[in-house]
Amino acid sequence: MAKITFIEHSGAAHEVEAKDGLSVMEAAVKNNVPGIDADCGGACACATCHVYVDEAWVPKTGAKGAMEESMLDFAEGVQPNSRLSCQIKISADLDGLVVRLPESQH
Amino acid sequence: MIQTSGRIVIVGAGHAGGTVAALLRQYGWQGPITLLGDEPIAPYQRPPLSKAWLKGEADAESLALKPLSFYAEAGIDLRLDTQATSADANQKVVALASGEQIGFDHLILATGAAARKLPIAGGDLRGVLSLRTAADAEALKAALGPGKTLAVVGGGYVGLEAAASARALGAEVVVIEREARILARVAGAVLSDFFQSYHAARGVTFICAAGVEAFEGVGDQFAGVRLADGRLIAADAALVGVGASPNIGLARQMGCACGQGVIIDLNAMTSVADVYAIGDCTERPLPLYGVQGRLESVPNALEQAKQAAAHLCGRPAPAPEAPWFWSDQYDLKLQIAGLPLHAVRAVMRGAPPENPMDPARFAIFHLDAENHVQAVEAINAPAEFMMGRQVLSSRKAVSPEKLADMSISMKEVAV
Ligand SMILES: Cc1cc2nc3c(=O)[nH]c(=O)nc-3n(C[C@H](O)[C@H](O)[C@H](O)COP(=O)(O)OP(=O)(O)OC[C@H]3O[C@@H](n4cnc5c(N)ncnc54)[C@H](O)[C@@H]3O)c2cc1C
Ligand code: FES
Repeated sequence: MAKITFIEHSGAAHEVEAKDGLSVMEAAVKNNVPGIDADCGGACACATCHVYVDEAWVPKTGAKGAMEESMLDFAEGVQPNSRLSCQIKISADLDGLVVRLPESQH
Repeated sequence: MIQTSGRIVIVGAGHAGGTVAALLRQYGWQGPITLLGDEPIAPYQRPPLSKAWLKGEADAESLALKPLSFYAEAGIDLRLDTQATSADANQKVVALASGEQIGFDHLILATGAAARKLPIAGGDLRGVLSLRTAADAEALKAALGPGKTLAVVGGGYVGLEAAASARALGAEVVVIEREARILARVAGAVLSDFFQSYHAARGVTFICAAGVEAFEGVGDQFAGVRLADGRLIAADAALVGVGASPNIGLARQMGCACGQGVIIDLNAMTSVADVYAIGDCTERPLPLYGVQGRLESVPNALEQAKQAAAHLCGRPAPAPEAPWFWSDQYDLKLQIAGLPLHAVRAVMRGAPPENPMDPARFAIFHLDAENHVQAVEAINAPAEFMMGRQVLSSRKAVSPEKLADMSISMKEVAV
């Protein structure tokens, strides 16, 4: 289990408990956190699960895959700490993870 | 002031129905929402049924759009195993199979589509399968494994994805296609040829330009597909993947104008007041192309769910999106944006590998006479897909020469 905090663009924070093995995207969707659309359901095909990983957590969330990197390259408002949340797998190491959401996913 | 207190009934608890119910609450709808679904489980995603789920890489829980608890928490009266059998737009009631009647102020038809059956002998033999629902997928999975042979009738996306997953599970696969090439209705010839050789190199057998005469069995168990030329293709199960027809019975009953599907506008409204339709059951405007058409994809269902929810809640209509779609087969990710309706030429960026066992990465851009991208088909080429989708919506012209040159970044192809 890991505790993950999603901070909406408006500043509203949502703290959720998520099972290991789920993706950060799934943790958001299953807990009704608004602001992550995840149109493709985690297939790394849509880039509507974009999040900004809190700087302190960037190393722990691992490296982006090539597919993810190319998709992000063309997403809106991309920053160095941008990730597609469907590509981050939850493990005990990510307990306490904080991610921020962009203004919109489209 | 927009009224957000009326009673909404949604018929069909699939991807579109589940999404619109959640969006209505997110956008502030105050009134009661009833979501009727004739399947036994809460709204779930169908795409993994032929992909990750079939291969055993995703569990049932991961298919659910929302956890079951969501519906009660959000004040959505989700009724499973519940079929709406008739609807009356004047009386504003929906009747259920049980005889119960439910009144509505607004009705949303999200009835989706049903797998088409072939009108030939033997279709009801055990082992002749479709793939539309989770129950269908369970039956298909049970028929696959080492030593088993699957005959796939129809070389469309669902059939090809199932073929790739069946190979991953160790089954033999024969694809039988009526047209001269697979994906004939939905992809260009280059892409069709590429997919066919990619599958063939991974052990799938293709029989194209072949009519199917009958499903033959031993007792009531399917045993093989009889082709029009007399050949018998022996197999343990047959997957019929010949498309899906929209469920428009209720819409017709209410007098909603229907073409290939329930005809709707950009607010997802039908021709009948207070009746909306969303998802696979609709024929919708395609504003980027100036025509109406029927799309069958998750992004389409989501876009229309947003249109209906925004209209009901008095929000501005969402900006039209370029249609798009994806498919996963083996290590291939296909992403398609747009429709090649007004295309006059195709520009290749990269090319399919000469040896189909080699990794693939290329894209095909379909341009109109003014070099606007009409559609892009991208294989393991996410930058091409993303950029193609953007210039499709913005209608920026591109340089065909730059597009064809892989050494020039996709960020520099617009003119
Ligand atoms: C195997 C498979 C793979 C796919 N892969 C992809 C993909 O990779 N990418 C993509 O974009 N799309 C894909 N699709 C298409 C996508 O799943 C559909 O476009 C999407 O599900 C449409 O949503 P919908 O809600 O309109 O219809 P559905 O999801 O079909 O939902 C309609 C629901 O309404 C119910 N219903 C119908 N009539 C009634 C009634 N009278 N009373 C009560 N309930 C009723 C039906 O039983 C069903 O549960 C795939 C589809 C399949 C089957
Ligand atoms: S959910 Fe589509 S890319 Fe992450």
